[in-house]
Amino acid sequence: MTEGIDWIARAGAKPKGRRPAFFDDPAVDRLLSLTMAVVGEVSVLRERLDTVERLLDAKGTISRADIEAYAPDRTAGEERGEMTRAYIARVMRGFQQEVEALENPDPPIMDWVEKFSK
Amino acid sequence: MSAELPPPYTALTKHPMLARTNHDESARFNFLTHLNRYLSGTLGPGNKLAYERRVLPAFREEHGRDPEHRYEIRDWMNEDPFHRMWSALKRNSMEMRQQNGRSTVLRQLDELDAQARQFNEHSGQLELDPKIEQPIYQTAVDIHCQPGGYHGEERPGDVSAGANYDVGIFATTGGALGGLNDGGGQAVVAWAKKERPDWQPRRILDVGCTVGHNAVPIAAAYPEAEVIAIDTAGPSLRYGAARAAGLGVKNIKFVQASGEDLSRYPDGHFDWVQTTMFLHELSAESMPRLLAECNRVLAPGGLILHVEQPQYSPEMPLFEQFMRDWDAFNNNEPFWSAMHGKDLKDVMAGAGFAKADQFVVGVRAVVDRSIFPAAESEEQEDYGRAAVWNAYGAWKPVAKEMAA
Repeated sequence: MTEGIDWIARAGAKPKGRRPAFFDDPAVDRLLSLTMAVVGEVSVLRERLDTVERLLDAKGTISRADIEAYAPDRTAGEERGEMTRAYIARVMRGFQQEVEALENPDPPIMDWVEKFSK
Repeated sequence: MSAELPPPYTALTKHPMLARTNHDESARFNFLTHLNRYLSGTLGPGNKLAYERRVLPAFREEHGRDPEHRYEIRDWMNEDPFHRMWSALKRNSMEMRQQNGRSTVLRQLDELDAQARQFNEHSGQLELDPKIEQPIYQTAVDIHCQPGGYHGEERPGDVSAGANYDVGIFATTGGALGGLNDGGGQAVVAWAKKERPDWQPRRILDVGCTVGHNAVPIAAAYPEAEVIAIDTAGPSLRYGAARAAGLGVKNIKFVQASGEDLSRYPDGHFDWVQTTMFLHELSAESMPRLLAECNRVLAPGGLILHVEQPQYSPEMPLFEQFMRDWDAFNNNEPFWSAMHGKDLKDVMAGAGFAKADQFVVGVRAVVDRSIFPAAESEEQEDYGRAAVWNAYGAWKPVAKEMAA
């Protein structure tokens, strides 16, 4: 590890320049940052588990060094890319469906409730 | 590899100076690469829908007219719940990329600094000048949210800024720039070789080179030429010179200098003056000065070429201008908006390049498509990020002989 620098603390240094406020309540900005960090770390965990499974499949035994050194071949790279793509599609579903709703807006459900009750 | 999928981070070429990622650091970049493609591809169109379906009608209702400037659209879109969330996600992705890049680099900074020192002491490819001051347009904010910008140091003499830039650009660009992140420079080379197959420039100047992603491929393609790559940011140059040496490209030298003052070079010294994705990091005051200096040091018959995202012409819809402006206000690129709002042909004409000698060509990242198909699947516009650029250039006329 690097001498004389707290690399963990310095990695998160704030860039100079005021950060835009995206939401009226700053707590929402903070919570989104927190959520996205967790979303990212779950993806990392899934990828690590996939590495463990692949190494066990191939060798029946693994070491930490094997995991750190692992680089997927083309097929594995595609399978893992597909896995990450599907994962993001799941966690982002709400936003994606909001786009769909913008494209094909629905009337309020009450409109149908009233229509079918007559 | 399927065109919808970016390659895994581990497909990057491991040149000697590239910070080594452990398993989880690679995985974080993989996640961010996918996330960026999702934000531009799947969710990006939601911005236009929100604009057309509710923002524009509300604007018309209130003003009785259409927006007349991209800033009007921005003011209204910044109140739209979808656009707010999309922007916040995109900003977070940038910030996460910086944190992951910096933690990767900073934990192994001793090794990276030692490696760079070793290359730079022996290669003769680095010339620093501590008298060069960092211009205000580089220090006012940290450009594209990179803590410390291109010039910052975690300790004197380090390479952290350049190393972090190099290790993470893969994620920012969705894996579209190739194994050495040099798809832009490769595109310029491909264009020049096609345009003038027999041209042999002797001296080439790259202005605002940072770590040399785009200058090194030019040097490699013209091995007989002497390439000078300048930047004001010493920490990026330290890394860039060591990176080039590590790649075995020897005909390029990294020099700390400002493009606004090229007085160390005589008139007509270079056959080719190049900037790649650089002019937008200047200011309205400095850009004309810099372009005039570029003109002065360019030899008659020589080439000047500026690679940038497309300018906002009057023909470009205001909504597209607004989307392309995102980085100016949300990603610390304060000159981006004004620079793209200018007619670069006028600016170049002001610097001495007659309009008749100017040209604009589209260039697309040149990468190993078998590993990096992403560059081919850029149908979804990622405003301001796509690996498709405009090159604004001119061949400097050879002075006509005086009539007898």
